Amino acid sequence: MNFPILSSLILLPIVGALFLFFTKDKEGNNLTAKYVALFTTIVNFFISIYLWISFDQTTSSFQFVEERVWIKDFINYKVGVDGISILFILLTTFITPLCIVSVNNTVKNRLRDFLIAILIMESFMIGVFCALDLVVFYLFFEAGLIPMFLIIGIWGGPKRVYSAFKFFLYTLLGSVLMLIAIISIYWISGTTDVIALYELGIDAKYQNLLWLAFFSSFAVKTPMWPVHTWLPDAHVEAPTAGSVLLAAILLKMAGYGFIRFSIGLFPVASEVFTPLVYTLSVIAIIFTSFIALMQEDMKKLIAYSSVAHMGFVTLGIFTLQQQGLEGSIIQMLSHGLVSAALFLCVGVVYDRMHSRLIKTYGGIVTIIPKYSILFMLFTLAALGLPGTFGFVGEFLILMGTFKDNFLVAVIASFGVILGAAYMLWLYKRVIFGKLVNEDLKQMVDLNRSEYLMLTCLAVPTLFFGFYPEPLFNTIEVSVTDLINMHNLNIASK
Amino acid sequence: MDNLNLVLPEILVSLSIMFLLILGVFKKNSSLLTFNLSLVTISVAIILTINETFSLNRITLFNGGIVIDQMASLMKIITLIGAFLVLGISSTYLKSFKIFKIEYPILILSSVLGMMIMISSNDLMVFYMGLELQSLALYVLATFNKDQLKSSEAGLKYFVLSALSSGLLLYGCSLIYGFSGSTNFDIIANQLTSDEYALTFGIVFILVGLAFKISAVPFHMWAPDVYEGSPTTVTLFFTMVPKIAALTVFIRFLYVPFLNLIDQWQMIIVFLSIASMIFGAIAAIGQTNIKRLVAYSSIGHVGYTLAGLATGSNDGIQSSIIYISIYVVMNLALFSCLLMLKRNDQYYEDFDDLSGLSKNHPVLSLSLLIILFSLAGIPPLAGFFAKFYVFKAVIEQSMYFLAIVGLLSTVIAAFYYLRIIKIIYFDKEKEKYDSDHGIWLKFSLTFSTILILLYFIFPSKLIEVVSRIIII
Repeated sequence: MNFPILSSLILLPIVGALFLFFTKDKEGNNLTAKYVALFTTIVNFFISIYLWISFDQTTSSFQFVEERVWIKDFINYKVGVDGISILFILLTTFITPLCIVSVNNTVKNRLRDFLIAILIMESFMIGVFCALDLVVFYLFFEAGLIPMFLIIGIWGGPKRVYSAFKFFLYTLLGSVLMLIAIISIYWISGTTDVIALYELGIDAKYQNLLWLAFFSSFAVKTPMWPVHTWLPDAHVEAPTAGSVLLAAILLKMAGYGFIRFSIGLFPVASEVFTPLVYTLSVIAIIFTSFIALMQEDMKKLIAYSSVAHMGFVTLGIFTLQQQGLEGSIIQMLSHGLVSAALFLCVGVVYDRMHSRLIKTYGGIVTIIPKYSILFMLFTLAALGLPGTFGFVGEFLILMGTFKDNFLVAVIASFGVILGAAYMLWLYKRVIFGKLVNEDLKQMVDLNRSEYLMLTCLAVPTLFFGFYPEPLFNTIEVSVTDLINMHNLNIASK
Repeated sequence: MDNLNLVLPEILVSLSIMFLLILGVFKKNSSLLTFNLSLVTISVAIILTINETFSLNRITLFNGGIVIDQMASLMKIITLIGAFLVLGISSTYLKSFKIFKIEYPILILSSVLGMMIMISSNDLMVFYMGLELQSLALYVLATFNKDQLKSSEAGLKYFVLSALSSGLLLYGCSLIYGFSGSTNFDIIANQLTSDEYALTFGIVFILVGLAFKISAVPFHMWAPDVYEGSPTTVTLFFTMVPKIAALTVFIRFLYVPFLNLIDQWQMIIVFLSIASMIFGAIAAIGQTNIKRLVAYSSIGHVGYTLAGLATGSNDGIQSSIIYISIYVVMNLALFSCLLMLKRNDQYYEDFDDLSGLSKNHPVLSLSLLIILFSLAGIPPLAGFFAKFYVFKAVIEQSMYFLAIVGLLSTVIAAFYYLRIIKIIYFDKEKEKYDSDHGIWLKFSLTFSTILILLYFIFPSKLIEVVSRIIII
């Protein structure tokens, strides 16, 4: 296996972006640009599928590892995947083409530039998930800010400037502390290579501070309460494709970071700070669910529900148990699909009515039935109905939490009920009820591309809801190994 | 007899200054010729520096007054390249203000000569001579657009304050001479016993003078006014070239004679660094003129450079040198963009003038985007690596406070860079600017932007060169 498959996954979108950069930008609907972008991302998706197929599920060691000297005697460019990261790469390559399809109606001006930003974003996101060196990871993690800032700022809604700044500065502030931690790790352990660090371990006396520094970055990105406030703003103002990327993939970087770095590198500190994470997660779940109940803007509601869902994820990760951790990974994947779908759903009605307020709608079930059905499916998946993908993760997380801490689990379970409440209420107010607003009668049902996007998301949502086995097979060994390594480290301290 | 080959570049530059002066007297309308000859002089000097001295280890000349080592050669080359590009870019700008005169290249050459002497100085007197030579040339350069009130004001301000700081510096030199018995760095280093606290006064005075020259807080007051008032090309020269020389002197002064007194000066440098980083970041927020903004941002960047110096280690020195090299490239790129904002022979330099630039000038705005994100220190651009090396060196010495303050101030600084990006990309567009720019401007913009953008592919190259610099 000598072909640098991961690097080509990272590079391909950039090549596509370069190609687009040198084509001429046309006003209006620039089909060529869109086809080029779509083609690039779909090829990337197939490469990642191939990656998954040829991935050896029986071992927890990193595969497809590439290592090159980058800064001599200091940093090596090192990438590789294990059972955990490969699924996030798949998620990324799966969601990005859908984003590109979704620009059909939403992005009116400077389409080419938008596509370039999305493509560059994709390669940075893939880079985050397969980086095996802390500095390389940081590079990709931070670099993603640039395209996202532009996506929100140029193509966003009326308050876009404020949101873009908030997004950028919040995330940057969190991340610089991580940079200090990374450099400190280099001086403490003499390397920033993740695999080597797993073996070496980091002296327990440094772990707490380092953990906090990493936490500050990941907590902002997750986002955890109380640093979540950038997310609703960013979501509301971002164009649909931007919201989808943000919810489906960017938030997962932090969850992935927690698993890969916080738990993997700082086992002792993770144990120490578990109560902190539990508290923040539970607050996030309950508090933001209540906030979500009161929202009048659909995108904002879904944004707050994202915070709540990510609260479940962090809860599950820090149970430090098989079920909890697996549940968190599955929850991140399912949230990636479902929140992407929900934002696309909001985008669909927004394109027609140019309003995201819930009160604009009501009683549209008879006017756009196809949409209503798909929207229902995703609503149910978001609230975790058994038989949908959303259920699997949530259930496992709660199971893991029950083993670890009964009280936390009970409180978190209320979050499930609240989740059902706000999602169903949203659905009821938008789809059912009396048709008051006469303008709604002009609405047309899903067009072909919208139908395609939502079905693409619906199929895996249902399929993995009934049969999540392939995913578990992929992550199981890696997670078991991570937990074993963790327990071993704790025992030896 | 010392090997004069080693100072051939300096000799060449001084001879050509004299020659050009005479040429200017006897030949009418020789501006263009002077410009071209100066460019030739500088490029020959670059080649000479590379050929004669680049591979040498430490050699001292003229009774130890001049030192030729890796650092001197590298810094001279950067200085010369900077001056070369500034001179090249300047002509169009000067022509449009009708100040395209022979004095300009000659003054640039004299200040470059002064800087080269500063860079190589190993003696307080030699160092002071070089410093004054470059300063005097710079005062005149600042007032070069003498019909404009602001330009004259800038020059006068610079002159008065700079003369004051030179006075302090000279007083410091005399104190050091008095207490150590020599002006030569090496001899001072040998004579030094670490309990000579009186020497500390001398060090402090000299540090104040040097801090003034690189505009570190709290000796920065002149910078914004001078930067704003001077002709843009001169501002570009100010932000790039003298900083390199001053930094070299800073390094040599602190690390050759006074390394043993590190306990005495380290806190001062840390303070200068922290104050500059924070002040540069906060004060820049309220600006509306790009040149003023650059002044404040350069104060901030000087803070990062000093952070590397404060470490007292070779890694720190190297990281400072890397920082300043990358910073010079970023500044060159930024000013090339600024000089492209021209419409009907009028130059624009306010934030409002950038409004919506991305609609009409997509390539220029993209370059600005890259440059500004790089200045803000966002990976994977070159500016990030500059900061990264500095903080790597800082954290190696366990100076966590400095590192945390520094990185937090990058977040504040990011705000004002983002504000410019916001104006360029998110705001309503204005009239188009001219798009026929000189080849120099295009070249320097393309060259520097590509360096910034693609630095991350081969980051080792610069480190390899810099890592040969060993002072301690």
